Amino acid sequence: MTMFASPEDARTRLGAVDYLTDPGIATAVFLADALGKPLLIEGPAGVGKTELAKAVAAATSSALIRLQCYEGLDESRALYEWDYRKQLLRIQAGVDGWDEARAGIFAEEFLLARPLLTAIRRDEPTVLLIDETDKADVEVEGLLLEVLSDFQVTIPELGTITASRRPFVVLTSNATRELSEALKRRCLYLYIDYPTPERERDIVLTRVPGIRAHLAEQVVRTVASLRALELKKAPSIAESLDWAHTLLALEADDLDEETIARTLGVVLKHVADHTRAAKELGLPGLGG
Amino acid sequence: MSLLDRHTGFVRALRHGGLPVSLAEGLDAARALTVLDLADRETLRAAYAAALVKRHTHRPVFDTLFELWFPLGVSPEEAPEPPEETPAESAPAPDAADAEAFRDRLRELLLTDDEIALRALAREAVGRFAGFEGASGSSWSAQLVGRALDPKTLMAGLLRAVLGGRLPGGVAERNARRMIQARVDRLNAHILADVRRRLAEERGIERVAETAVRPAVENLDILRASRADLVALRREVQPLAQRLATRLTIRQRAGRSGRLDFRRTVRASLSTGGVPLTTRHRPRRPHKPELVVLCDASESVASFAHFTLLLAYALREQFARVRVFAFIDTLDEVTRFFERPGGDVGEAMRRLTAEANLVRLSGHSDYGHAFKVFVEHYGDVIGPKTSLLILGDARNNYQDPALAALETMVAPARHAWWLNPEPERDWDTGDSIAGVYGRHIPLIECRNLTQLGRFVGELA
Ligand SMILES: Nc1ncnc2c1ncn2[C@@H]1O[C@H](COP(=O)(O)OP(=O)(O)O)[C@@H](O)[C@H]1O
Ligand SMILES: [Mg+2]
Repeated sequence: MTMFASPEDARTRLGAVDYLTDPGIATAVFLADALGKPLLIEGPAGVGKTELAKAVAAATSSALIRLQCYEGLDESRALYEWDYRKQLLRIQAGVDGWDEARAGIFAEEFLLARPLLTAIRRDEPTVLLIDETDKADVEVEGLLLEVLSDFQVTIPELGTITASRRPFVVLTSNATRELSEALKRRCLYLYIDYPTPERERDIVLTRVPGIRAHLAEQVVRTVASLRALELKKAPSIAESLDWAHTLLALEADDLDEETIARTLGVVLKHVADHTRAAKELGLPGLGG
Repeated sequence: MSLLDRHTGFVRALRHGGLPVSLAEGLDAARALTVLDLADRETLRAAYAAALVKRHTHRPVFDTLFELWFPLGVSPEEAPEPPEETPAESAPAPDAADAEAFRDRLRELLLTDDEIALRALAREAVGRFAGFEGASGSSWSAQLVGRALDPKTLMAGLLRAVLGGRLPGGVAERNARRMIQARVDRLNAHILADVRRRLAEERGIERVAETAVRPAVENLDILRASRADLVALRREVQPLAQRLATRLTIRQRAGRSGRLDFRRTVRASLSTGGVPLTTRHRPRRPHKPELVVLCDASESVASFAHFTLLLAYALREQFARVRVFAFIDTLDEVTRFFERPGGDVGEAMRRLTAEANLVRLSGHSDYGHAFKVFVEHYGDVIGPKTSLLILGDARNNYQDPALAALETMVAPARHAWWLNPEPERDWDTGDSIAGVYGRHIPLIECRNLTQLGRFVGELA
């Protein structure tokens, strides 16, 4: 049973939980579900990769299970591990012989399921988010590939656990390194770029209630101009939203040079970027 | 053409265009076709992209080919074709009044955000203006349409319309200009797509694809890059540098501990009854190389120097020190421009051409003189820890190559390389003396980001 009836259905339902799609996003989400394939999302930071997984969960009333990747993440944190302290206690308390003890301590109750295993064992609708995959070491990709190929996990002491209901899997990456060809081939791929000003304006209007359309328009147009400057860290959707919130709080009606100069820190976090932008946009009072 | 033929032809064209589409991925795409309503072309495009394009830099090639294999009007649901225009010769030649009428409509359209109407106008304009009689019969040209519509000349009027009758300058005007320019760019893309569609109808898709497909940005010849390409290239350099840096850090960490320190290991084992529970290692010898870069900053190869320096600086953690020298017909150290706080290589490149002392006489590259100046003033910069990197096309404008000076530079260095951004087949043509220099220093062809990334990765 699939979660979405069509790309259009994906668009409407994600929209209902305040995630604004474009045809690329809606189609990729629909297909990942319909074909039962993991969806790998790449793109700059802050364009809504993680948020999309959350939105899919919210829109389909699924549980969100998240595996946050980091350097040094290993199988025992990603898949499962044995709770050896509980096992030790059991052996110490034990009256049985070694054989019984061994059989006893490798049972369900001593197993610590980590996100991958948890997601596979669930019978309820599940979205598995493997976030920032590029931060994990290369070996983790092998593990992911294995698990995501047939959605089963073999635990030597317990046997093979197969998903009775495949989770909807989202992998995200900021592409700080190239993921392996094999993993990419296994997934459907979606690149989320900075949105068009039109879509970004609509995102601001949904996410910053109370902002006037005119101001929202000015924010996203100016952010688009900033992105064109080739800064160290281009402002993302998150920064547009922060900016809009700030302007709302300051009760600004108009985003003129003066106001931009006063609030630019909300949008650009690097000093060098700040200087560069002030110079290029001819902002008052900041010097270049 | 049946959908299946179209599908297989498209997949074949993608492979031919450089996308590594596997059999399984082709099947994914085919399965996608069975669960989708094929009526909507953008959905179809998105589905193919999701199944087949696994690398963002391949997207332009994909889009160009998609336009050719799934042109607008192929799927039944698309708006019916406008009645097929009579070929150029039998219609009255388009005149100025014609063009003016189109421009009036375009002016209106560029003030709105109506993609469908914009595309319709583009197709109509192609029908009206693109046809011409060439040496090999009638043909179509996007340039002719561009000339007739000439959207550039509409800009000022449009800006006034958007900005309430004024041109205030500043951020407001900049934003408005961007907005309109983006629409003009889309118009041009629609025009180009439609011209190609018509060409493909006459000559076959494959032949048109051959000329339409441009290599992905990482395989673009840096020297031949257009202005737009350069922007795209710069956008790619940062992530490339980041990927390289990540890989190098991993590599260094993997081999972090040095040789076993036997004495310290034994001493440490005394506290555990002589059992060496932990081993002690000598600190790894920090042998980070020093990088010395000499780059030809003359216009013809400056963009190449720019990218190489961007990479070198992005990786500067990997070097004990980076020193940069630039030359045209004489040489100057320009490290200072790169070492400003918040250092920005683009800015440094602009400043060094304006402020450093690179030109003595002609302003044409003179490698020989540059090498002599280097040896004379900076000879001691190069030592046994130095990796020396020379960047340039070895086009010496028929001057003295100063091989002895080059030898003096190369001899003490730990490593030395010369990267030449020209394709190898052009070496030793005209005033290029790549072959001559190549006998004294390894000279490597380095035309695109792929080659550059591979080289720099091994260097650090
Ligand atoms: N399509 C969208 N619709 C609504 N909000 C969005 C959208 N994309 C991004 N956002 C907003 O931008 C923020 C940053 O997105 P996030 O998913 O954290 O970025 P990423 O994971 O790509 O780095 C989100 O918290 C959300 O508020
Ligand atoms: Mg994220």
